[in-house]
Amino acid sequence: MKSRSEGFRPIGYLLFAVVMLAVLILCVIVGSVNIPAKDTMAAIYTAVKNAILGLPISSSIIVSVRLPRVLAVALVGATLSLCGGAIQGLLRNPLADSSTMGVSTGAGVGAVLFLAFGFAVPGLQNAGTMLSAMAFAFISLLLILTLSYKIDYTLSTNTIILIGMIFTMFASSIISLVITFAGDKVNTVVFWLMGSLAAAKYRDVLILIGALLIFGTVILSMSRELNAFAVGEDNARHIGVNVKRAKYVILIAVSALIGVCVSIGGTIGFVGLVVPHMTRMIVGPNHRRLLPACLFSGATFLMLADLLARTLLNPVELPIGVVTSFFGAFAFVFIFYRTRKAK
Amino acid sequence: MLDVKNLTVQYGSLKIVDSVSFSIRPQEWLMVVGPNGAGKSTVVSAIAQGVPYTGSVEIDGQDVAKLRPRDAARLFGVLTQNHTVGYSFTVEEVVRLGRYAFSEGMFAARNDEDERKLEEALELTGLTSFRTRSVLTLSGGELQRTFLAQLLAQNPRLLILDEPTNHLDLVYQKQIFELIKEWLKAPGRAVMSVVHDLNLAKAYGTHAVLLDKGCTVSGGRAGDVLTPVHLNPVYNMDVYAWMQQMLSQWREAQ
Repeated sequence: MKSRSEGFRPIGYLLFAVVMLAVLILCVIVGSVNIPAKDTMAAIYTAVKNAILGLPISSSIIVSVRLPRVLAVALVGATLSLCGGAIQGLLRNPLADSSTMGVSTGAGVGAVLFLAFGFAVPGLQNAGTMLSAMAFAFISLLLILTLSYKIDYTLSTNTIILIGMIFTMFASSIISLVITFAGDKVNTVVFWLMGSLAAAKYRDVLILIGALLIFGTVILSMSRELNAFAVGEDNARHIGVNVKRAKYVILIAVSALIGVCVSIGGTIGFVGLVVPHMTRMIVGPNHRRLLPACLFSGATFLMLADLLARTLLNPVELPIGVVTSFFGAFAFVFIFYRTRKAK
Repeated sequence: MLDVKNLTVQYGSLKIVDSVSFSIRPQEWLMVVGPNGAGKSTVVSAIAQGVPYTGSVEIDGQDVAKLRPRDAARLFGVLTQNHTVGYSFTVEEVVRLGRYAFSEGMFAARNDEDERKLEEALELTGLTSFRTRSVLTLSGGELQRTFLAQLLAQNPRLLILDEPTNHLDLVYQKQIFELIKEWLKAPGRAVMSVVHDLNLAKAYGTHAVLLDKGCTVSGGRAGDVLTPVHLNPVYNMDVYAWMQQMLSQWREAQ
């Protein structure tokens, strides 16, 4: 029998990309004001052409509101999904995710602390919030894993989820405490906490692209190490993986990406849990295929969730996190049941 | 090839392994035997850098603790008794991981040598027809053969086996030990196994180390170590008489 390709085949990329692009176009077209596809494409084409030629770009609803929002949603979805896939592989645990483990809430503590008591860096709007969220995401991840390991060195599903829940409660109480002492910054903090990508700007899109290019590439480059971890940590050590170094590299990259996502869009739960799991069912567990596929499927999933959030109770707009958590909660129970049944 | 000197593993004040020393030379098959709690598997974990230890572990004069993990994996490979793969990887994907140490760089591509070693390992372990099967659907014996194939694809000079045939039926026990015996025939190779079954230790081992409560009781040629004089006090029973009694039941049945 002929050896099977480990990587993602071009046709696979193409299929995922076509679906993602179709959903992206749909999300730009559909909204409180429906704009025909032809006009939408014309507006985007003109804007891109003018941007290349250095001409002024018209401030139509498509170019100035919907496109940056949809792009930011797609990039946050891709990023959260990539991080979820990486953490699930590293910990060999299909229920591990930044939201179930409490890392997102931990990053939230960092962001809220900076919003309430931090200082603005001239010319670098949100930079402090972002860096603080990144640092707290990393500290949270280390803390949760260390505690879990001390209790149960096998890092079993139940232990991680339990510690994650406890940590989420702890982090939430700190956020409440910060709000109590936030003084005149209360409005800023509360508005940020509601978490939304509705007001996303092209600047946010560029930051997300930059973060994904740097840290996403790092995670993708660790695919073989993640395969080894997913088979077993001892086995990874035996075949020559530098276990400690690989763990730190992956955890730092994941923390940085979660920090960026949280500082831009607030805590959007369950994307990193649901999407990698669904994607694994399509492309299998090999991270050389899984991680690139997660990028496309994560973007598609969050764009669809955002579309639902915008249109389901039109003109009232739901927070995107409500939609993802609604589906995520069902998915969590389903995955937990499947995992237990398999054991 | 492998020199272990004064190996000590301690958890708090409790010494699990206490000043154990032994050497393995090419073409030797060292059996590490002893009752439960003797520290056999801890010795393996220490050599594989899985637990902290004092003393020294050297392969070809190089301190294993100072080797890059990739370089260490080219010198020795480890097969343990329990495997709990988290996801439905195929047999081929698990075996292919054995070639990890031979490709460096962020997006390392495969080469012909990797493919050749993979095919060889699958063929030797009889897993060619299983290559696309999910490891979650395999029996215990098939899973153990998959990890043995990974170890063979890794192609190290020294195999370290921690109770490799535990939980396996007689057919798989024989298959795996015969396979390793064949592998050992190529020059420059050696094997170290932790085994419970003294019959297997006697049948396949060229040398043996008998451990008890973390200490070495006896070490040397298998024939000299695996004798009632050394075994009886350690196991606190007449080992030879027990073996005879077991065998006599089969003779009576004939």
